[in-house]
Amino acid sequence: MGGYIPSTVLQQEEMLKEAGFSSMKDLYRDVPEALKLQKELNLPKGMSELETARTMRRLAGKNKVYDSVFRGAGAYRHYIPAIVKSVVNKEEFVTAYTPYQAEISQGVLQSIFEYQTMICELTGMDVANASVYDGAVAAAEAISMCRTPKKKKVFVSAGIHPDTLKVIRTYSWAASEEVVVLPLKDGLTDLSGLDSEASCVYVQQPNYYGVIEDLKDIAEKAHALGLQVIAGMEPFAMCLLETPAECGVDIAVGEGQPLGMPLSFGGPYLGFMAATTKMMRKLPGRIVGETEDTEGRRAFVLTLQAREQHIRREKASSNICSNEALCAMTAAVYLAAMGPEGMKNAASQCYAKAHYLAAELEKSGLKRCFEADFFNEFVTECADPEGLLARLDEKGILGGLPVENGILWCATELNSKEEIDALVKEVSA
Amino acid sequence: MKTLFERSVKGRSCAILPELDVPACLPERTRKQALRLPELSETDISRHYTELAGQTFGVNDGFYPLGSCTMKYNPKINEQTAALEGFADVHPLQDNVQGCLEVLATAEKYLCEITGMDAMTFQPAAGAHGELTGLMLIKRYHELHGNTARNKIIVPDSAHGTNPASSAMCGFTVVNIPSAEDGCVDLAKLREACGEDTAGLMLTNPNTLGIFDKHIREITDIVHEAGGLCYYDGANLNAVMGIARPGDMGFDCIHLNLHKSFSTPHGGGGPGSGPVGCKSFLAPYLPGKKVVCEDGRYAWQDRGPESIGAVRSFHGNFLVVIKAFTYLLSLGREGVPAVAQNAVLNANYLKHLLEGTYEVTNKGVCMHEFVLTLEREKKEIGVSAMDIAKALQDYDMHPPTMYFPLNVHEALMVEPTETESKETLDAAAAAFLEIYAKAKADPEAMHHTPYNSPITRPDEVKAARHPVLRYQFDD
Repeated sequence: MGGYIPSTVLQQEEMLKEAGFSSMKDLYRDVPEALKLQKELNLPKGMSELETARTMRRLAGKNKVYDSVFRGAGAYRHYIPAIVKSVVNKEEFVTAYTPYQAEISQGVLQSIFEYQTMICELTGMDVANASVYDGAVAAAEAISMCRTPKKKKVFVSAGIHPDTLKVIRTYSWAASEEVVVLPLKDGLTDLSGLDSEASCVYVQQPNYYGVIEDLKDIAEKAHALGLQVIAGMEPFAMCLLETPAECGVDIAVGEGQPLGMPLSFGGPYLGFMAATTKMMRKLPGRIVGETEDTEGRRAFVLTLQAREQHIRREKASSNICSNEALCAMTAAVYLAAMGPEGMKNAASQCYAKAHYLAAELEKSGLKRCFEADFFNEFVTECADPEGLLARLDEKGILGGLPVENGILWCATELNSKEEIDALVKEVSA
Repeated sequence: MKTLFERSVKGRSCAILPELDVPACLPERTRKQALRLPELSETDISRHYTELAGQTFGVNDGFYPLGSCTMKYNPKINEQTAALEGFADVHPLQDNVQGCLEVLATAEKYLCEITGMDAMTFQPAAGAHGELTGLMLIKRYHELHGNTARNKIIVPDSAHGTNPASSAMCGFTVVNIPSAEDGCVDLAKLREACGEDTAGLMLTNPNTLGIFDKHIREITDIVHEAGGLCYYDGANLNAVMGIARPGDMGFDCIHLNLHKSFSTPHGGGGPGSGPVGCKSFLAPYLPGKKVVCEDGRYAWQDRGPESIGAVRSFHGNFLVVIKAFTYLLSLGREGVPAVAQNAVLNANYLKHLLEGTYEVTNKGVCMHEFVLTLEREKKEIGVSAMDIAKALQDYDMHPPTMYFPLNVHEALMVEPTETESKETLDAAAAAFLEIYAKAKADPEAMHHTPYNSPITRPDEVKAARHPVLRYQFDD
């Protein structure tokens, strides 16, 4: 119906005439007739805003929103403070372009600089970039940072998210690189297959099954073989467990969705990347740096652009252009609202609630599959996952995710004791 | 202005979470490193970001003629529908998502109709990500057809930097070909470049000079006859959607930028969405799952063993697809071509107003954008494209794209889009002309523009030589 075109038909005619055209059709005089679409598009007629709003509300109503969620597996429901949406819905932030024009983009540039600082603080690493598409792509991009012409092999743990493994396989296939999967032993990555022929090893902390890996030990063993170490980190876990920097990791990446982004059926999410200073110039994508303007005032700019596609073209460190800037800002506002104590508290609550849930489920006969400690997810055995999950569904509860041999459960600070007890009651029923 | 860290006061906080209601416990080994996040009240945070917003220029602030970026107005209804709980609070691995699947299936159908493609994936999260995905389809096609020697991608010199960068990431060697005098593909050079090692061609049409390549059918034929495939960079689709389709021009696969042609906001650098469409012979190679519909019920289906796998987790930037789909519903079959026509009209009108003062590279009709060159002014009076761009900031508008495409010296690339009125274009033209007159009268003053922005020109060399990439704490 509308195309958000402000010029009236009369104005359009004036403009056509002024610019020397006889009609709208005349504007396309350079397009060969044979290539022009000879029919109307097979699309419905345009709608008014009211009709569009109704249609979309009807479609949204066909999806089930659960009161209580015990499923994570790469997408986590946390409480989102009101200030987060209020800030990131500001029209200036929503509608701005990538901040190439620094003089009129200090707001976006400073927000990215602050985000980079917070990611450095979470991971303990030296430098961070302005974001990539999601945690899986962050892992694949980190692997390409380690690639050398001689070493075209990478190790990845079988304990990483299955989607991340798929993305790594796809990116590595494109780069003619071999991906060797290290198996799990009792839920932990088995390092006995490591050798010095690969460029790096990628592990996830906590791993896909929730288990806390001995990241320090992994880093030591891998470094002894000359491999770089990449860890895919859960952001809350980093506030409680030893940081990737403390463990000696070279590149820390991860999925930033838990930091203030809703589940959103999978996106937009946020891939964060942080590294040691040594790896700085290999980082993909935008990086904001501090400098001065001609009057000596502090100013922020996109920097180290000699790595990027618009300067280096086929020699760039990555092809990435648009990233997830507004999601990075979301994470920054979330972290500012939570503060250091709030983040440590939330992380401890995730840990404590998951452990309470695990203990209660065990009492109801769902035994944990792995002995090693876990963060906010764990796997239990279950004889009839489908039946159990269907029963929970009827009560408005999204239960854990069925995985091989059982169910992968998740608890966050959002799951109250009351909710957990209600879940356990259904499991026991 | 202060950073969040400089505003921080020890002991200050927001009261977000309740007390722990289950027994406390801790893991064996815990973090020892300090966690220096800022300590702030909600008032501090609110005012901080309000101040930052005041130093940010969005489409809502004014005219944004950034060439190649299609910075059209971002309708508010799109934001509202994407925020609906039924979309925003849905887990990517849950069932009971008929609404989500219906949107994906219908958006695929509409966008295939607009582009002349047969199938589409929404997994790629941005344009460059789409390019990489499309090139992977081409790679898979050749791999499965035993064409192991086909490892070269042909890219014209007017292409976006992402084209060669994506080709390299996909393991291809890039063959750059110079454009002909008129800025279009040089057919002789293309024929020379094509051979048994050609995997494919990447092309933007209309190109980055805003010209629709009249020989497009010949171009795709040359590549196909050599055994290569043709990739369409959809960055400039806004000029031709509803008028002509890449699928009819002979392209085998494409990417779209939903954050350009389909009105989803750019967010200061994302999130975008770069769906990839292809002809049916490439469809089995697409990444991710596809949505199928049987008896009115939608379901996920695996694409099979020939798929390239996945390029992102889950289903891509789904809420961005919601926004673009909302926009498509609003436009409908009559709105899509009207958008293209008005985008082209606005570009030609503004070009007409600037011609005679500024040198325009394209003397004939332009599509949705056109390129000015300041080469002469740079030589004669020392005023560069950068000087003009910075001066425009003082006229409440965002400057055009600078120094692109690379085959034009001192380039300014102007794309007004269809969502700007005649009054806005008249005012922008007046600003351009006034600046030109000022530049002639006092070239020296142009080097110090802008005069009214929060900062003057920043020292980029210092930033790169002595990188300060995070806030430095005193302790």
